[in-house]
Amino acid sequence: MKILVVDDEADVQPLFLQRFRKEIRSHEVEFDFAQSGEEALNYLKEKHQEVVLILSDINMPGMSGIELLTHIREDFPTPPPPVVMMITAYGDAENYKQAMDKGADDFLTKPLDFNLLKEKLKTL
Amino acid sequence: MHFFSFLAAFLLALRISRAIKFTALHQKWRMILRISAGVPILLFIIFNERLSDDGVLIVAGIYLLLFIEYLKKQEDFKSFTVLLNAHYPLVAAGIISGIVGVTFDSFYEKWESFFVCAQLAAFSWIFLRLSTSKKQQQELRRINERKDELEAMVAARTAEITQQKNELQETVKELQATQAQLIQQEKLASLGELTAGIAHEIQNPLNFVNNFSEVSMELIEEMEEEMAKGDMEEANAIAADIKQNLEKIRHHGKRADGIVKGMLQHSRASSNIKEPTNLNTIADEYFRLAYHGLRAKDKSFNAELVANLDPNLPLINIVPQDVGRVLLNMFTNAFYAVHQKQKTVGGDFKPRVEVSTKVIGKEVEVIVRDNGSGIPDAIKDKIMQPFFTTKPAGEGTGLGLSLSYDIIVKAHKGHINIESKEGEGTAFIITLPLS
Repeated sequence: MKILVVDDEADVQPLFLQRFRKEIRSHEVEFDFAQSGEEALNYLKEKHQEVVLILSDINMPGMSGIELLTHIREDFPTPPPPVVMMITAYGDAENYKQAMDKGADDFLTKPLDFNLLKEKLKTL
Repeated sequence: MHFFSFLAAFLLALRISRAIKFTALHQKWRMILRISAGVPILLFIIFNERLSDDGVLIVAGIYLLLFIEYLKKQEDFKSFTVLLNAHYPLVAAGIISGIVGVTFDSFYEKWESFFVCAQLAAFSWIFLRLSTSKKQQQELRRINERKDELEAMVAARTAEITQQKNELQETVKELQATQAQLIQQEKLASLGELTAGIAHEIQNPLNFVNNFSEVSMELIEEMEEEMAKGDMEEANAIAADIKQNLEKIRHHGKRADGIVKGMLQHSRASSNIKEPTNLNTIADEYFRLAYHGLRAKDKSFNAELVANLDPNLPLINIVPQDVGRVLLNMFTNAFYAVHQKQKTVGGDFKPRVEVSTKVIGKEVEVIVRDNGSGIPDAIKDKIMQPFFTTKPAGEGTGLGLSLSYDIIVKAHKGHINIESKEGEGTAFIITLPLS
Protein backbone atom coordinates (compact mmCIF):
# COMPACT_ATOMS: atom_id res chain seq x y z
CA MET A 1 0.00 0.00 0.00
CA LYS A 2 1.57 3.24 -1.13
CA ILE A 3 1.18 6.25 1.16
CA LEU A 4 2.06 9.86 0.24
CA VAL A 5 2.93 12.11 3.19
CA VAL A 6 2.77 15.86 2.53
CA ASP A 7 4.43 18.09 5.13
CA ASP A 8 6.76 21.08 4.89
CA GLU A 9 8.80 19.76 7.83
CA ALA A 10 11.48 17.48 6.37
CA ASP A 11 11.94 15.60 9.64
CA VAL A 12 8.57 13.86 9.38
CA GLN A 13 10.22 11.63 6.78
CA PRO A 14 12.64 9.72 9.05
CA LEU A 15 9.90 9.74 11.70
CA PHE A 16 7.42 7.91 9.47
CA LEU A 17 10.09 5.59 8.14
CA GLN A 18 11.09 4.55 11.67
CA ARG A 19 7.59 4.36 13.09
CA PHE A 20 6.58 2.06 10.25
CA ARG A 21 9.90 0.26 10.21
CA LYS A 22 8.40 -3.23 10.64
CA GLU A 23 5.57 -2.60 8.20
CA ILE A 24 7.99 -1.29 5.59
CA ARG A 25 10.30 -4.29 6.01
CA SER A 26 7.40 -6.65 5.60
CA HIS A 27 6.27 -4.61 2.54
CA GLU A 28 2.88 -3.91 4.03
CA VAL A 29 3.32 -0.21 3.34
CA GLU A 30 5.49 2.02 1.22
CA PHE A 31 6.06 5.72 1.79
CA ASP A 32 6.68 8.65 -0.49
CA PHE A 33 7.04 12.25 0.63
CA ALA A 34 6.29 15.73 -0.66
CA GLN A 35 7.26 18.97 1.10
CA SER A 36 4.56 21.16 -0.39
CA GLY A 37 1.13 20.99 -2.00
CA GLU A 38 2.64 21.85 -5.37
CA GLU A 39 5.18 19.03 -5.09
CA ALA A 40 2.42 16.63 -4.06
CA LEU A 41 0.30 17.50 -7.11
CA ASN A 42 3.26 16.99 -9.46
CA TYR A 43 3.90 13.64 -7.85
CA LEU A 44 0.24 12.64 -8.14
CA LYS A 45 0.13 13.47 -11.87
CA GLU A 46 2.51 10.54 -12.39
CA LYS A 47 1.46 8.14 -9.70
CA HIS A 48 -2.09 8.82 -8.55
CA GLN A 49 -3.05 5.31 -9.60
CA GLU A 50 -0.58 3.76 -7.18
CA VAL A 51 -1.25 5.95 -4.19
CA VAL A 52 -3.86 4.57 -1.84
CA LEU A 53 -3.59 7.06 0.99
CA ILE A 54 -2.54 10.68 1.20
CA LEU A 55 -1.64 12.16 4.59
CA SER A 56 -1.39 15.92 4.32
CA ASP A 57 -0.52 18.69 6.73
CA ILE A 58 -2.91 21.64 6.48
CA ASN A 59 -0.63 24.50 7.51
CA MET A 60 2.01 24.79 4.86
CA PRO A 61 3.46 27.85 3.20
CA GLY A 62 2.16 28.33 -0.33
CA MET A 63 -0.58 25.87 -1.19
CA SER A 64 -2.33 24.83 1.99
CA GLY A 65 -3.47 21.29 2.71
CA ILE A 66 -7.08 22.32 2.14
CA GLU A 67 -6.25 23.66 -1.33
CA LEU A 68 -4.33 20.49 -2.09
CA LEU A 69 -7.35 18.46 -1.01
CA THR A 70 -9.61 20.48 -3.32
CA HIS A 71 -7.22 19.92 -6.24
CA ILE A 72 -7.00 16.19 -5.52
CA ARG A 73 -10.78 15.85 -5.51
CA GLU A 74 -11.09 17.85 -8.74
CA ASP A 75 -8.13 16.43 -10.66
CA PHE A 76 -8.28 12.75 -9.71
CA PRO A 77 -11.91 11.70 -9.48
CA THR A 78 -11.39 8.36 -11.26
CA PRO A 79 -12.46 5.56 -8.95
CA PRO A 80 -11.20 4.49 -6.62
CA PRO A 81 -10.31 8.02 -5.40
CA PRO A 82 -7.36 8.10 -2.96
CA VAL A 83 -8.15 8.25 0.74
CA VAL A 84 -7.09 11.64 2.09
CA MET A 85 -6.43 12.26 5.78
CA MET A 86 -5.72 15.81 6.92
CA ILE A 87 -3.27 16.49 9.73
CA THR A 88 -3.11 19.74 11.66
CA ALA A 89 -1.84 21.29 14.86
CA TYR A 90 -5.05 23.32 15.04
CA GLY A 91 -7.60 20.66 15.89
CA ASP A 92 -10.57 23.00 16.25
CA ALA A 93 -14.09 22.47 14.98
CA GLU A 94 -13.82 25.07 12.23
CA ASN A 95 -10.72 23.46 10.76
CA TYR A 96 -12.31 20.02 11.01
CA LYS A 97 -15.51 21.15 9.29
CA GLN A 98 -13.61 22.85 6.49
CA ALA A 99 -11.52 19.74 5.84
CA MET A 100 -14.53 17.42 5.86
CA ASP A 101 -16.55 19.77 3.60
CA LYS A 102 -13.75 19.76 1.05
CA GLY A 103 -13.86 15.98 0.94
CA ALA A 104 -11.35 14.71 3.51
CA ASP A 105 -11.85 11.11 4.66
CA ASP A 106 -10.39 11.69 8.10
CA PHE A 107 -8.91 14.36 10.32
CA LEU A 108 -5.92 13.84 12.60
CA THR A 109 -4.29 16.25 15.02
CA LYS A 110 -0.63 16.80 15.80
CA PRO A 111 1.16 15.38 17.68
CA LEU A 112 0.30 12.40 15.57
CA ASP A 113 -0.75 9.26 17.44
CA PHE A 114 0.97 6.63 15.32
CA ASN A 115 -0.76 3.71 17.04
CA LEU A 116 -4.12 5.23 16.19
CA LEU A 117 -2.92 5.79 12.61
CA LYS A 118 -1.87 2.16 12.34
CA GLU A 119 -5.31 1.05 13.56
CA LYS A 120 -6.95 3.22 10.90
CA LEU A 121 -4.68 1.76 8.19
CA LYS A 122 -5.88 -1.74 9.03
CA THR A 123 -9.44 -0.79 8.16
CA LEU A 124 -8.50 0.52 4.70
CA MET B 1 0.81 147.18 38.58
CA HIS B 2 3.29 146.97 41.37
CA PHE B 3 1.35 144.31 43.28
CA PHE B 4 1.52 141.65 40.54
CA SER B 5 4.33 139.73 42.18
CA PHE B 6 2.51 139.68 45.53
CA LEU B 7 -0.67 138.60 43.78
CA ALA B 8 1.23 135.90 41.96
CA ALA B 9 2.82 134.66 45.22
CA PHE B 10 -0.61 134.70 46.91
CA LEU B 11 -2.25 132.81 44.06
CA LEU B 12 0.62 130.34 43.87
CA ALA B 13 0.26 129.49 47.55
CA LEU B 14 -3.50 129.01 47.11
CA ARG B 15 -3.08 126.96 43.98
CA ILE B 16 -0.57 124.58 45.51
CA SER B 17 -2.70 124.29 48.61
CA ARG B 18 -5.71 123.35 46.48
CA ALA B 19 -3.73 120.94 44.35
CA ILE B 20 -2.52 118.91 47.33
CA LYS B 21 -5.78 119.09 49.24
CA PHE B 22 -6.63 115.43 48.85
CA THR B 23 -3.13 114.04 49.05
CA ALA B 24 -0.87 112.96 51.88
CA LEU B 25 1.03 116.24 51.61
CA HIS B 26 -1.96 118.26 52.72
CA GLN B 27 -1.50 117.76 56.43
CA LYS B 28 2.19 118.57 56.36
CA TRP B 29 2.02 121.76 54.27
CA ARG B 30 -1.38 123.19 55.21
CA MET B 31 -0.14 125.72 57.74
CA ILE B 32 2.95 126.82 55.81
CA LEU B 33 0.93 127.40 52.63
CA ARG B 34 -1.75 129.26 54.51
CA ILE B 35 0.90 131.54 55.98
CA SER B 36 2.56 131.85 52.54
CA ALA B 37 -0.76 133.09 51.16
CA GLY B 38 -1.08 135.63 53.99
CA VAL B 39 2.45 136.99 53.86
CA PRO B 40 2.15 138.79 50.42
CA ILE B 41 -1.04 140.57 51.59
CA LEU B 42 0.64 141.59 54.80
CA LEU B 43 3.78 142.76 53.01
CA PHE B 44 1.70 144.72 50.49
CA ILE B 45 -0.18 146.51 53.28
CA ILE B 46 3.07 147.30 55.09
CA PHE B 47 5.14 148.50 52.12
CA ASN B 48 2.45 150.13 50.00
CA GLU B 49 2.21 152.98 52.50
CA ARG B 50 5.92 153.34 53.12
CA LEU B 51 7.62 152.80 49.81
CA SER B 52 7.18 154.15 46.30
CA ASP B 53 5.54 151.88 43.73
CA ASP B 54 8.98 151.01 42.40
CA GLY B 55 10.15 150.01 45.87
CA VAL B 56 7.14 147.75 46.33
CA LEU B 57 7.90 146.22 42.92
CA ILE B 58 11.41 145.28 44.03
CA VAL B 59 10.32 143.91 47.42
CA ALA B 60 7.46 141.95 45.84
CA GLY B 61 9.83 140.61 43.16
CA ILE B 62 12.39 139.54 45.75
CA TYR B 63 9.71 137.95 47.93
CA LEU B 64 8.29 136.02 44.99
CA LEU B 65 11.79 134.88 44.00
CA LEU B 66 12.56 133.66 47.54
CA PHE B 67 9.18 131.93 47.75
CA ILE B 68 9.75 130.13 44.46
CA GLU B 69 13.29 129.13 45.38
CA TYR B 70 12.05 127.81 48.73
CA LEU B 71 9.33 125.73 47.10
CA LYS B 72 11.73 124.43 44.47
CA LYS B 73 14.00 123.08 47.20
CA GLN B 74 11.15 120.92 48.56
CA GLU B 75 11.05 117.34 47.28
CA ASP B 76 7.29 117.30 47.81
CA PHE B 77 6.71 119.98 45.13
CA LYS B 78 8.81 118.42 42.34
CA SER B 79 5.68 118.04 40.24
CA PHE B 80 5.06 121.83 40.36
CA THR B 81 8.44 122.73 38.79
CA VAL B 82 6.89 123.87 35.50
CA LEU B 83 4.47 126.15 37.31
CA LEU B 84 7.21 127.54 39.55
CA ASN B 85 9.51 128.23 36.61
CA ALA B 86 6.70 130.14 34.92
CA HIS B 87 7.07 132.80 37.65
CA TYR B 88 10.65 133.77 36.77
CA PRO B 89 9.67 136.20 33.96
CA LEU B 90 7.44 138.06 36.40
CA VAL B 91 10.22 138.12 39.03
CA ALA B 92 12.63 139.52 36.42
CA ALA B 93 10.12 142.01 34.99
CA GLY B 94 9.16 143.24 38.47
CA ILE B 95 12.67 143.64 39.85
CA ILE B 96 14.07 145.20 36.63
CA SER B 97 11.12 147.60 36.39
CA GLY B 98 11.56 148.51 40.07
CA ILE B 99 15.32 149.09 39.79
CA VAL B 100 14.94 151.10 36.57
CA GLY B 101 12.14 153.13 38.21
CA VAL B 102 14.29 153.91 41.23
CA THR B 103 17.51 154.72 39.38
CA PHE B 104 16.40 156.24 36.03
CA ASP B 105 13.15 157.83 36.87
CA SER B 106 12.91 159.92 33.68
CA PHE B 107 13.78 156.96 31.49
CA TYR B 108 11.17 154.91 33.28
CA GLU B 109 8.57 157.67 32.86
CA LYS B 110 9.25 157.69 29.14
CA TRP B 111 9.03 153.89 28.76
CA GLU B 112 6.50 153.23 31.51
CA SER B 113 3.96 151.63 29.21
CA PHE B 114 6.61 149.19 27.96
CA PHE B 115 7.53 148.15 31.54
CA VAL B 116 3.89 147.78 32.44
CA CYS B 117 3.28 145.69 29.37
CA ALA B 118 6.28 143.52 30.22
CA GLN B 119 4.90 142.91 33.74
CA LEU B 120 1.43 142.21 32.37
CA ALA B 121 2.82 139.85 29.81
CA ALA B 122 4.94 138.09 32.45
CA PHE B 123 1.88 137.83 34.73
CA SER B 124 -0.27 136.47 31.91
CA TRP B 125 2.51 134.03 31.04
CA ILE B 126 2.02 132.32 34.41
CA PHE B 127 -1.65 131.64 33.60
CA LEU B 128 -0.86 130.60 30.09
CA ARG B 129 1.70 128.14 31.41
CA LEU B 130 -0.73 127.05 34.08
CA SER B 131 -3.47 126.20 31.62
CA THR B 132 -1.12 124.34 29.31
CA SER B 133 0.52 122.52 32.20
CA LYS B 134 -2.93 121.63 33.52
CA LYS B 135 -3.71 120.09 30.16
CA GLN B 136 -0.37 118.36 30.16
CA GLN B 137 -0.97 117.08 33.67
CA GLN B 138 -4.38 115.82 32.68
CA GLU B 139 -2.83 114.16 29.69
CA LEU B 140 -0.10 112.79 31.90
CA ARG B 141 -2.63 111.51 34.38
CA ARG B 142 -4.56 109.85 31.61
CA ILE B 143 -1.40 108.29 30.29
CA ASN B 144 -0.45 107.13 33.76
CA GLU B 145 -3.86 105.63 34.29
CA ARG B 146 -3.63 103.89 30.94
CA LYS B 147 -0.13 102.75 31.84
CA ASP B 148 -1.32 101.29 35.14
CA GLU B 149 -4.15 99.63 33.33
CA LEU B 150 -1.75 98.15 30.77
CA GLU B 151 0.65 97.06 33.47
CA ALA B 152 -2.16 95.32 35.30
CA MET B 153 -3.14 93.61 32.06
CA VAL B 154 0.47 92.61 31.38
CA ALA B 155 0.82 91.25 34.92
CA ALA B 156 -2.40 89.29 34.57
CA ARG B 157 -1.32 87.97 31.19
CA THR B 158 2.13 87.06 32.51
CA ALA B 159 0.59 85.17 35.40
CA GLU B 160 -1.67 83.39 32.95
CA ILE B 161 1.21 82.49 30.66
CA THR B 162 3.34 81.28 33.57
CA GLN B 163 0.51 79.07 34.68
CA GLN B 164 0.03 77.78 31.16
CA LYS B 165 3.74 77.08 30.92
CA ASN B 166 3.65 75.10 34.15
CA GLU B 167 0.62 73.21 32.98
CA LEU B 168 2.32 72.45 29.67
CA GLN B 169 5.42 71.20 31.43
CA GLU B 170 3.23 68.91 33.50
CA THR B 171 1.52 67.72 30.35
CA VAL B 172 4.83 67.06 28.63
CA LYS B 173 5.92 64.98 31.61
CA GLU B 174 2.66 63.05 31.52
CA LEU B 175 3.02 62.57 27.78
CA GLN B 176 6.52 61.22 28.18
CA ALA B 177 5.32 58.77 30.78
CA THR B 178 2.41 57.79 28.55
CA GLN B 179 4.74 57.37 25.59
CA ALA B 180 6.93 55.00 27.57
CA GLN B 181 3.82 53.07 28.56
CA LEU B 182 2.59 52.98 24.99
CA ILE B 183 5.89 51.64 23.73
CA GLN B 184 5.67 48.89 26.32
CA GLN B 185 2.06 48.23 25.30
CA GLU B 186 3.01 48.09 21.66
CA LYS B 187 5.62 45.48 22.56
CA LEU B 188 3.02 43.51 24.48
CA ALA B 189 0.50 43.90 21.66
CA SER B 190 2.96 42.50 19.15
CA LEU B 191 3.75 39.75 21.64
CA GLY B 192 0.02 39.00 21.71
CA GLU B 193 0.03 38.75 17.93
CA LEU B 194 2.96 36.43 18.21
CA THR B 195 1.57 34.15 20.88
CA ALA B 196 -0.27 31.86 18.50
CA GLY B 197 2.71 31.81 16.16
CA ILE B 198 5.01 31.05 19.04
CA ALA B 199 2.74 28.27 20.30
CA HIS B 200 2.73 26.74 16.84
CA GLU B 201 6.47 27.16 16.43
CA ILE B 202 7.17 25.55 19.77
CA GLN B 203 4.60 22.79 19.34
CA ASN B 204 6.26 21.55 16.16
CA PRO B 205 9.74 20.96 17.60
CA LEU B 206 8.20 19.54 20.78
CA ASN B 207 6.23 17.05 18.71
CA PHE B 208 9.45 15.99 17.05
CA VAL B 209 11.22 15.68 20.39
CA ASN B 210 8.42 13.48 21.71
CA ASN B 211 8.07 11.44 18.55
CA PHE B 212 11.75 10.84 18.01
CA SER B 213 12.35 9.84 21.63
CA GLU B 214 9.36 7.46 21.56
CA VAL B 215 10.43 5.88 18.30
CA SER B 216 13.98 5.58 19.60
CA MET B 217 12.75 3.57 22.56
CA GLU B 218 10.96 1.22 20.19
CA LEU B 219 14.09 1.00 18.06
CA ILE B 220 16.19 0.02 21.04
CA GLU B 221 13.80 -2.85 21.77
CA GLU B 222 14.00 -3.91 18.14
CA MET B 223 17.77 -3.64 18.21
CA GLU B 224 17.89 -5.92 21.23
CA GLU B 225 15.69 -8.40 19.38
CA GLU B 226 17.98 -8.27 16.33
CA MET B 227 21.04 -8.75 18.51
CA ALA B 228 19.40 -11.71 20.22
CA LYS B 229 18.79 -13.16 16.75
CA GLY B 230 22.41 -12.44 15.93
CA ASP B 231 21.61 -10.09 13.02
CA MET B 232 24.37 -7.63 13.80
CA GLU B 233 24.04 -5.85 10.48
CA GLU B 234 20.43 -4.93 11.17
CA ALA B 235 21.27 -4.06 14.78
CA ASN B 236 23.96 -1.67 13.57
CA ALA B 237 21.58 -0.08 11.10
CA ILE B 238 19.08 0.47 13.90
CA ALA B 239 21.81 1.93 16.13
CA ALA B 240 22.68 4.40 13.34
CA ASP B 241 19.02 5.39 13.17
CA ILE B 242 18.90 5.91 16.93
CA LYS B 243 21.97 8.09 16.78
CA GLN B 244 20.37 10.13 14.03
CA ASN B 245 17.21 10.44 16.11
CA LEU B 246 19.11 11.70 19.11
CA GLU B 247 20.61 14.39 16.91
CA LYS B 248 17.14 15.31 15.72
CA ILE B 249 15.89 15.51 19.31
CA ARG B 250 18.76 17.81 20.14
CA HIS B 251 18.13 19.92 17.03
CA HIS B 252 14.43 20.39 17.74
CA GLY B 253 15.07 20.97 21.43
CA LYS B 254 17.40 23.80 20.51
CA ARG B 255 14.86 25.13 18.04
CA ALA B 256 12.24 25.42 20.79
CA ASP B 257 14.85 26.88 23.11
CA GLY B 258 15.70 29.57 20.56
CA ILE B 259 12.05 30.48 20.13
CA VAL B 260 11.49 30.84 23.85
CA LYS B 261 14.64 32.94 24.15
CA GLY B 262 13.51 35.12 21.27
CA MET B 263 10.11 35.57 22.88
CA LEU B 264 11.67 36.61 26.17
CA GLN B 265 13.95 39.00 24.37
CA HIS B 266 11.03 40.50 22.55
CA SER B 267 9.00 41.23 25.67
CA ARG B 268 11.94 42.39 27.74
CA ALA B 269 12.60 46.12 27.92
CA SER B 270 15.30 46.80 25.40
CA SER B 271 18.82 46.81 26.78
CA ASN B 272 19.91 49.06 23.90
CA ILE B 273 23.17 47.18 23.70
CA LYS B 274 24.37 46.56 20.17
CA GLU B 275 25.93 43.20 19.55
CA PRO B 276 27.19 41.37 16.48
CA THR B 277 24.07 39.72 15.13
CA ASN B 278 23.11 37.43 12.30
CA LEU B 279 20.33 39.36 10.64
CA ASN B 280 19.27 36.34 8.58
CA THR B 281 18.45 34.33 11.71
CA ILE B 282 16.29 37.12 13.09
CA ALA B 283 14.57 37.72 9.76
CA ASP B 284 13.79 34.02 9.30
CA GLU B 285 12.55 33.57 12.86
CA TYR B 286 10.19 36.55 12.87
CA PHE B 287 9.02 35.80 9.32
CA ARG B 288 7.64 32.46 10.45
CA LEU B 289 6.32 33.78 13.77
CA ALA B 290 4.43 36.59 12.06
CA TYR B 291 2.95 34.18 9.54
CA HIS B 292 1.80 31.65 12.07
CA GLY B 293 0.54 34.45 14.31
CA LEU B 294 -1.82 35.62 11.59
CA ARG B 295 -2.61 32.08 10.49
CA ALA B 296 -3.74 31.20 13.99
CA LYS B 297 -6.08 34.16 14.08
CA ASP B 298 -7.60 33.58 10.68
CA LYS B 299 -7.51 29.99 9.45
CA SER B 300 -8.58 30.90 5.94
CA PHE B 301 -5.39 32.87 5.48
CA ASN B 302 -2.50 31.51 3.52
CA ALA B 303 0.47 33.01 1.79
CA GLU B 304 3.55 31.97 -0.07
CA LEU B 305 6.59 32.73 2.05
CA VAL B 306 9.77 33.44 0.12
CA ALA B 307 13.07 34.04 1.88
CA ASN B 308 16.07 35.13 -0.20
CA LEU B 309 18.67 35.50 2.52
CA ASP B 310 22.23 36.27 1.48
CA PRO B 311 24.33 33.44 3.00
CA ASN B 312 27.42 35.69 2.91
CA LEU B 313 25.86 38.31 5.16
CA PRO B 314 28.40 39.32 7.81
CA LEU B 315 27.40 39.81 11.45
CA ILE B 316 26.32 43.39 12.01
CA ASN B 317 26.22 45.45 15.17
CA ILE B 318 22.59 45.96 16.11
CA VAL B 319 20.25 45.70 19.09
CA PRO B 320 18.76 42.33 18.09
CA GLN B 321 15.40 42.58 19.84
CA ASP B 322 14.80 46.09 18.51
CA VAL B 323 15.59 45.25 14.89
CA GLY B 324 13.62 42.03 15.37
CA ARG B 325 10.65 44.12 16.45
CA VAL B 326 10.98 46.25 13.31
CA LEU B 327 11.06 43.19 11.07
CA LEU B 328 8.13 41.64 12.92
CA ASN B 329 6.20 44.84 12.35
CA MET B 330 7.04 44.87 8.63
CA PHE B 331 6.08 41.20 8.25
CA THR B 332 2.83 41.66 10.14
CA ASN B 333 1.99 44.62 7.92
CA ALA B 334 2.87 42.67 4.78
CA PHE B 335 0.72 39.70 5.78
CA TYR B 336 -2.08 42.07 6.73
CA ALA B 337 -1.85 43.75 3.32
CA VAL B 338 -1.99 40.52 1.32
CA HIS B 339 -4.77 39.26 3.53
CA GLN B 340 -6.81 42.42 2.91
CA LYS B 341 -6.30 42.03 -0.83
CA GLN B 342 -7.26 38.35 -0.65
CA LYS B 343 -10.50 39.32 1.07
CA THR B 344 -11.41 41.88 -1.61
CA VAL B 345 -10.05 40.19 -4.75
CA GLY B 346 -10.48 36.60 -3.57
CA GLY B 347 -10.34 33.69 -6.03
CA ASP B 348 -7.19 33.63 -8.09
CA PHE B 349 -5.07 35.98 -5.99
CA LYS B 350 -1.93 34.31 -4.70
CA PRO B 351 -0.71 36.12 -1.59
CA ARG B 352 3.05 36.32 -1.51
CA VAL B 353 5.42 37.85 1.00
CA GLU B 354 9.15 37.93 0.42
CA VAL B 355 12.06 38.84 2.63
CA SER B 356 15.50 39.32 1.18
CA THR B 357 18.86 40.37 2.59
CA LYS B 358 22.00 41.44 0.78
CA VAL B 359 25.15 43.46 1.19
CA ILE B 360 25.38 46.62 -0.91
CA GLY B 361 28.65 48.48 -0.46
CA LYS B 362 28.98 49.35 3.19
CA GLU B 363 25.36 48.65 4.00
CA VAL B 364 23.03 45.74 4.51
CA GLU B 365 19.71 45.94 2.74
CA VAL B 366 16.65 44.11 4.00
CA ILE B 367 13.59 44.17 1.76
CA VAL B 368 10.15 43.06 2.88
CA ARG B 369 7.99 42.86 -0.22
CA ASP B 370 4.36 41.90 -0.54
CA ASN B 371 1.87 41.78 -3.41
CA GLY B 372 -0.90 43.11 -1.21
CA SER B 373 -3.23 46.07 -1.34
CA GLY B 374 -0.47 48.71 -1.46
CA ILE B 375 -0.41 52.11 0.20
CA PRO B 376 -2.63 54.84 -1.28
CA ASP B 377 -0.63 57.98 -2.24
CA ALA B 378 -2.83 60.07 0.03
CA ILE B 379 -1.54 58.43 3.19
CA LYS B 380 2.07 57.67 2.19
CA ASP B 381 3.36 60.67 4.11
CA LYS B 382 1.41 59.76 7.20
CA ILE B 383 2.20 56.11 7.78
CA MET B 384 5.33 56.86 9.81
CA GLN B 385 3.45 59.20 12.13
CA PRO B 386 2.69 57.94 15.62
CA PHE B 387 -0.88 56.68 16.11
CA PHE B 388 -1.59 56.60 12.39
CA THR B 389 -3.25 53.34 11.49
CA THR B 390 -5.59 52.10 8.78
CA LYS B 391 -6.65 49.14 10.85
CA PRO B 392 -10.05 49.14 12.56
CA ALA B 393 -10.12 50.59 16.07
CA GLY B 394 -8.62 48.22 18.58
CA GLU B 395 -6.60 46.23 16.04
CA GLY B 396 -3.61 48.48 15.62
CA THR B 397 -1.84 50.86 17.95
CA GLY B 398 -0.54 53.02 15.11
CA LEU B 399 2.88 52.92 16.72
CA GLY B 400 4.50 50.09 14.79
CA LEU B 401 6.07 52.07 11.95
CA SER B 402 6.73 55.10 14.08
CA LEU B 403 8.73 52.95 16.50
CA SER B 404 10.41 51.21 13.57
CA TYR B 405 11.52 54.59 12.28
CA ASP B 406 12.96 55.48 15.69
CA ILE B 407 14.80 52.18 15.92
CA ILE B 408 16.24 52.09 12.39
CA VAL B 409 16.86 55.77 11.66
CA LYS B 410 17.56 57.27 15.07
CA ALA B 411 19.15 54.40 16.97
CA HIS B 412 20.92 52.54 14.14
CA LYS B 413 21.66 55.37 11.69
CA GLY B 414 19.92 53.44 8.93
CA HIS B 415 17.13 54.26 6.49
CA ILE B 416 13.62 53.08 5.76
CA ASN B 417 12.36 53.57 2.21
CA ILE B 418 8.96 52.62 0.92
CA GLU B 419 8.01 51.65 -2.60
CA SER B 420 4.35 51.07 -3.04
CA LYS B 421 1.72 50.97 -5.74
CA GLU B 422 -1.87 50.90 -4.73
CA GLY B 423 -3.38 47.54 -5.59
CA GLU B 424 -0.03 46.03 -6.59
CA GLY B 425 1.97 45.78 -3.42
CA THR B 426 4.52 47.34 -1.15
CA ALA B 427 8.23 47.01 -0.46
CA PHE B 428 9.80 48.26 2.73
CA ILE B 429 13.53 48.70 2.20
CA ILE B 430 15.61 48.88 5.36
CA THR B 431 19.28 49.73 5.09
CA LEU B 432 21.64 49.38 8.03
CA PRO B 433 25.30 50.40 8.09
CA LEU B 434 27.74 47.46 8.20
CA SER B 435 29.92 49.01 10.87
